[in-house]
Amino acid sequence: MERTAVRGRLNWLVAEVVDLIDETGTVKSIVLDCPDWPLHLPGQHVDIRLTAEDGYQAQRSYSIANPPAGEKVVVTVELVDDGEVSPYLIGELAVGDQIELRGPIGGYFVWTPEHGGPVQLVAGGSGLVPLMAMIRALAESDRRVPVRLLTSARSRETLIYGDELRRLQSSLDNLEVAYTLTRAQPADWQGYSRRVDQQMLAETSWPATERPLGFVCGPTGFVETVAANLVALGHDAARIKTERFGPSGG
Amino acid sequence: MTDMHLDGNALGALFIDLFGQEMTDQNGCCDACGAVNPFGRAVVYRDAPGDVMRCPDCGAVLIVAVRTETRLRVSIQSLRWIEVLE
Repeated sequence: MERTAVRGRLNWLVAEVVDLIDETGTVKSIVLDCPDWPLHLPGQHVDIRLTAEDGYQAQRSYSIANPPAGEKVVVTVELVDDGEVSPYLIGELAVGDQIELRGPIGGYFVWTPEHGGPVQLVAGGSGLVPLMAMIRALAESDRRVPVRLLTSARSRETLIYGDELRRLQSSLDNLEVAYTLTRAQPADWQGYSRRVDQQMLAETSWPATERPLGFVCGPTGFVETVAANLVALGHDAARIKTERFGPSGG
Repeated sequence: MTDMHLDGNALGALFIDLFGQEMTDQNGCCDACGAVNPFGRAVVYRDAPGDVMRCPDCGAVLIVAVRTETRLRVSIQSLRWIEVLE
C-alpha cells in the first residue's frame, strides 16, 4: 500500500486523559482524547512531553496500543524506577489532566489487516504494546489474516493484556498465542518457562516456507536474539521488521 | 557494557522534522557499502552526544544529529541517496 506524503513538521497537540487502566502493578494504559488527531496505524508511536512549572521539559516515545479510532489514543506505559517521565505518568497523572503529544510517528514498523499475512509477532515485555495494536486491529477486521504471537514476560503478574489475549484467542480462530514466562511460573503453568530461543521459535512460529511478515519488538538484546534465530530458521531478513526499545531514561 | 542500540524507528520524529515527511519506510543507500535499506532498519545510537544513525549492513555513519537549545544540527555523512514520497 503506497501512502501519500503528509508534509510538514509534527505539531504538539493537547490531549485529555479520559481513563487510566491498571495493566499490572507497574504498567498503566492511558486513554487520551486528542482533538485533531490524524488517524494512526497499528505499530506507530507518539512522543509525550511534560513541562514543569519552571519551564523544564522532558519527552519520551511510547507505542500506541489501540487500533485507529478517531481521536482516541491509548498508550501503555511501564514504570522505570529512576525514570523522569514514567513515574509521573504512572503515579501522578489523573483523569481530566491534559498532556502534550505529537504523532503519529512511524511508517516502517506498521501493519494493518490490509497488508495480509501470515503474520508472526514476537514480543518481549512491554514490546507487546505495538503488536497488541495490530492484534486489536485484526480483531476488528473482516479480513481473517492468520496471525501467531509469541510473547515473553518475566512472570504472570508482569504479563500485560493477559485476559484480553486469552479472550481474543478463543474468539478468533485465526489468532494463535504462545507464552513464555522467564523467571517465575504459576503451579499450573502450561506455557514455556525459559527465554525465547530457536527451538521455541521453531515450535511456535510460521515455517519460513509460509513467508510470514515478521514483527519483533522488545528490549535490544531480545530483538537481536529473536531476529537472528528467525533468520537461522530460514526467514528472509527483509520480511522481519524489528523495533528495539532501550533505556531512554523512562 | 551491553550494546543498547535502537533502530531507525526511534528517530521517526527527527526525520519528520528534517525531511517534512515520514521516512522510516523510505529507502536510503549507504555510500560506503552500497546497501539499500529503509530508514527504519538503520542502527541508531542515542547515548552519544546526539543521535547517530549507522548502516545496518556495514556500520558506516549515515547521519549524526545534535540538538542545542535552539538548533538542530544535522551532519549527513555516508548517504549516497535517499528517496522521499512525491
